Amino acid sequence: MFGQANVLAAGQAAFPPTVEDFYLPSILPWGAHDSYWVTKITAMVWIAVGVLIIFFLASYRNPQLVPTKKQWFAESIYGFVRNNIAVDMIGHQGVRFAPYFTTLFCFVLLTNAFAIIPFFQISPNSHIAFPAILAIISYVLFNYIGIKKHGFVKYFKNSLIPPAPWYILPLLIPIELFSTFIVRPFSLAVRLFANMFAGHMLLLVFTLGGFAMLSANAWLAPVSVLSWVMTIALTFLEFLVIVLQAYVFTVLTASYVQGALAEEH
Amino acid sequence: MIFLAAEGGESTHNPIIPLWQEIVVGSVAFAVLCFVLMKFVFPRMEQTFQARVDAIEGGIKRAEAAQAEANQLLEQYRAQLAEARTDAAKIRDDARADAEGIRQDILAKAREESDRVIQAGKDALAAERATIVRELRAEVGTIAVDLASKIVGESLADEARRKGTVDRFLSGLESTGAR
Repeated sequence: MFGQANVLAAGQAAFPPTVEDFYLPSILPWGAHDSYWVTKITAMVWIAVGVLIIFFLASYRNPQLVPTKKQWFAESIYGFVRNNIAVDMIGHQGVRFAPYFTTLFCFVLLTNAFAIIPFFQISPNSHIAFPAILAIISYVLFNYIGIKKHGFVKYFKNSLIPPAPWYILPLLIPIELFSTFIVRPFSLAVRLFANMFAGHMLLLVFTLGGFAMLSANAWLAPVSVLSWVMTIALTFLEFLVIVLQAYVFTVLTASYVQGALAEEH
Repeated sequence: MIFLAAEGGESTHNPIIPLWQEIVVGSVAFAVLCFVLMKFVFPRMEQTFQARVDAIEGGIKRAEAAQAEANQLLEQYRAQLAEARTDAAKIRDDARADAEGIRQDILAKAREESDRVIQAGKDALAAERATIVRELRAEVGTIAVDLASKIVGESLADEARRKGTVDRFLSGLESTGAR
């Protein structure tokens, strides 16, 4: 009992994992539980920002018409978001949003990827603050674009009044209002947050579960191994989720901007 | 004990309530990222894309220009060649026409010359004949008178001459001969 408690106190969190496993002690001041300025999570955000800035600046310091390998890679990321998301969703005028969408995509992708990169192993996006910031930016962006394009009244008329018979409108307008202006930012933020939160939780359950079974009864060792194999399998699943959620977040933002720019409903 | 602590912790953190410190950190970090990438990286990528498009289109345009120039030169050479051919044909035709003219000229001159020579011959012959006839007439008259004088007497000669007998006789002969 005490040995187990020691193991758990020494860093192996209790099984089953709890929400507290997402809130690690802060780095500065070291080990504090109520300071959130310098934590592993914020450090990872800064690392992601630094890595992206350094990567793009370094690979695009001296752009050539015939690209080098590094330049080609940086260009392909931008070209992918530009052509396959911005231009595909919004059309020709989507090009001007491509820089933001690419920044968004890269940021979400890299911060998500921390979930399965050794030693990081948790995504900042499993804290809802970061998805919330990005969702608010998307929300402000598409409303601003729509109002700028159509004017305040016409934009809300376009957004709220679908082309439907008048007698159904009393039902549709509240639904539109709710779905477009209230649910969108929450769904964006919660989708990303919940995916990363659940992914981390799953990996914790299978990893810690293996340890828990091993320490409970040596006979359960084969099941522990199975549990860890499952962890590896789930890591691959997590990789899929990481890429997919980064893509989905960007595509949905592009789709909202497209909806705001559209002439009619 | 541990579970109690964990449960106590669970109540301190609600995963769907954002920490305001993290919102601040995330906003600043993402703003920095957006600023740098959207100001220094992606616009330059757009520029590079544009430059690449220009380079490719410029290359195509240059090739098209070169092709057009080559075509124009070819056309020009063809035109010049055709012109030269026409000129040569014209010169040949002219030469042939000239030669024909000269031939005709020479032929006409030759014919004229021969006509003239023939005419001159004829004239000479006619003149000679006339002279001979005249001489003969005189001689025949003299001979006849001489002969008649020899037969009828010598004095007849002067008289016959005086009266033109011989002439008349010869004229009569001629007119009967002509008839």
